[in-house]
Amino acid sequence: MSSQLLLNNTQIHLMLQRLSREVLENYLNEEIFLIGIQPRGILLSEKIYTILQSISKNKVYHGSIDDTFHRDDFRRGKIVTANTTNISFEIEDKKIILVDDVLYTGRTVRAAMGALLMYGRPKKIELLTLIDRRFKRELPIQPDYVGQSVDTIENIQVKVDWNNKNNKVVFVN
Amino acid sequence: MGQLSTKHLIAIEPLQTNDIELILDTAVNFKEVINRPIKKVPTLRDITIANLFFENSTRTKISFELAQKRLSADVVNFASSSSSVKKGETLLDTVNNILAMKVDMLVMRHPSPGACYFLADKIDAVILNAGDGTHEHPTQALLDAFSIREKLGTLKGKKIAIIGDVMHSRVALSNIYCLQKLGAEVTLCSPPTLLPKNIAELGVNISYNIDETLAWCDVANILRIQLERQQTQYFPSLREYAMYFGVNKTRLDKLKKEIVIMHPGPINRGVEITSDVADSHHSIILHQVENGVAVRMACMYLLANTTA
Repeated sequence: MSSQLLLNNTQIHLMLQRLSREVLENYLNEEIFLIGIQPRGILLSEKIYTILQSISKNKVYHGSIDDTFHRDDFRRGKIVTANTTNISFEIEDKKIILVDDVLYTGRTVRAAMGALLMYGRPKKIELLTLIDRRFKRELPIQPDYVGQSVDTIENIQVKVDWNNKNNKVVFVN
Repeated sequence: MGQLSTKHLIAIEPLQTNDIELILDTAVNFKEVINRPIKKVPTLRDITIANLFFENSTRTKISFELAQKRLSADVVNFASSSSSVKKGETLLDTVNNILAMKVDMLVMRHPSPGACYFLADKIDAVILNAGDGTHEHPTQALLDAFSIREKLGTLKGKKIAIIGDVMHSRVALSNIYCLQKLGAEVTLCSPPTLLPKNIAELGVNISYNIDETLAWCDVANILRIQLERQQTQYFPSLREYAMYFGVNKTRLDKLKKEIVIMHPGPINRGVEITSDVADSHHSIILHQVENGVAVRMACMYLLANTTA
């Protein structure tokens, strides 16, 4: 297995700052509700949450959602163990930002939206992602906030490696 | 990622500890699901489950049915009292006819021990035992273990007493296997006439003294006196049983510690347990009922994977 560096720690740091500011531009004086998609979207949403708290006076909420029981690939060979969902705020009539590290086919985001709607009817759901793998979408889902868009061939994985001092995004072949 | 090592859930005895832990861990997530505003997930929307109850049941049947509906499965119910079994149809014929209608999973309660094993050899569908005679009641043991773990954090090293009619109880046998696999120490406490011969060979302690047992244990799982299964008189009277083996407030007040009180239901109030104990803060009986739905959802979710 070989890997090729796509983004280094500095680039990711800048990207997180930019994504946070993009969110702020759309949420002037509004409460911000971030929900990370389990498992890996949590790490990204926590980082955005921390930055937003430090650069804005907006009230920021943070939660996580597990989409396991809403996936469409159950009983299709892939066995998935559930993670926990932790949403301590009402989502009814709120603008929610779903957060995931890599957007690929769109099926995870669809499942996460299904899971989220079990908690109520948000006013709006937006999507924030660090990496958007374009041209591989299987459902009509597009992100509202994107760190970087990349084009890949099918057998290449995009892996975000969260390591506090040395975050990186790599292509894995 | 986890997968059960078994296609069916017929008994706790053959399960590996990993299987039990996977079920309990998955049940934690389903407990969160059933406490959401919308208590339903679409996971089993392409599965049809038949509940075959050849013996009466209230809470187990409702618990399974709710679990199935909250997983979005299609559910059909069968009660032997209003079926062709009354006309002389065999168990295998009945089941094969139901399976011919494209049913994927069977939840079965049957008065004969081993009925699920008999079927498992002959059909393709997944079987989930909801109690077979005096043999096993695996989901009850799992929900009991889940409830203890939820209350005490772990079962490892905990002292659990099973008190009452062990002889006629399928819950007791499943509990013994399940609790021991998870590292708990088990004591059985009942009149000698209500203990099966050689039960000590399972590695449990035996006690005939309720006060000593309560003083020893962290958890008392109190079983119902199953008068309907008793052909002979195993003790002189219910009043005498209540005096010598009933768990009451006086006995609990004598203890210098808190213990957890459990009961699989239905309760004979005033016989094996008094109302003031059953309804006290020691009791987690209603938590057991709530957890039953989550644990059964977990079992069916994990077993459905084997039908792929």
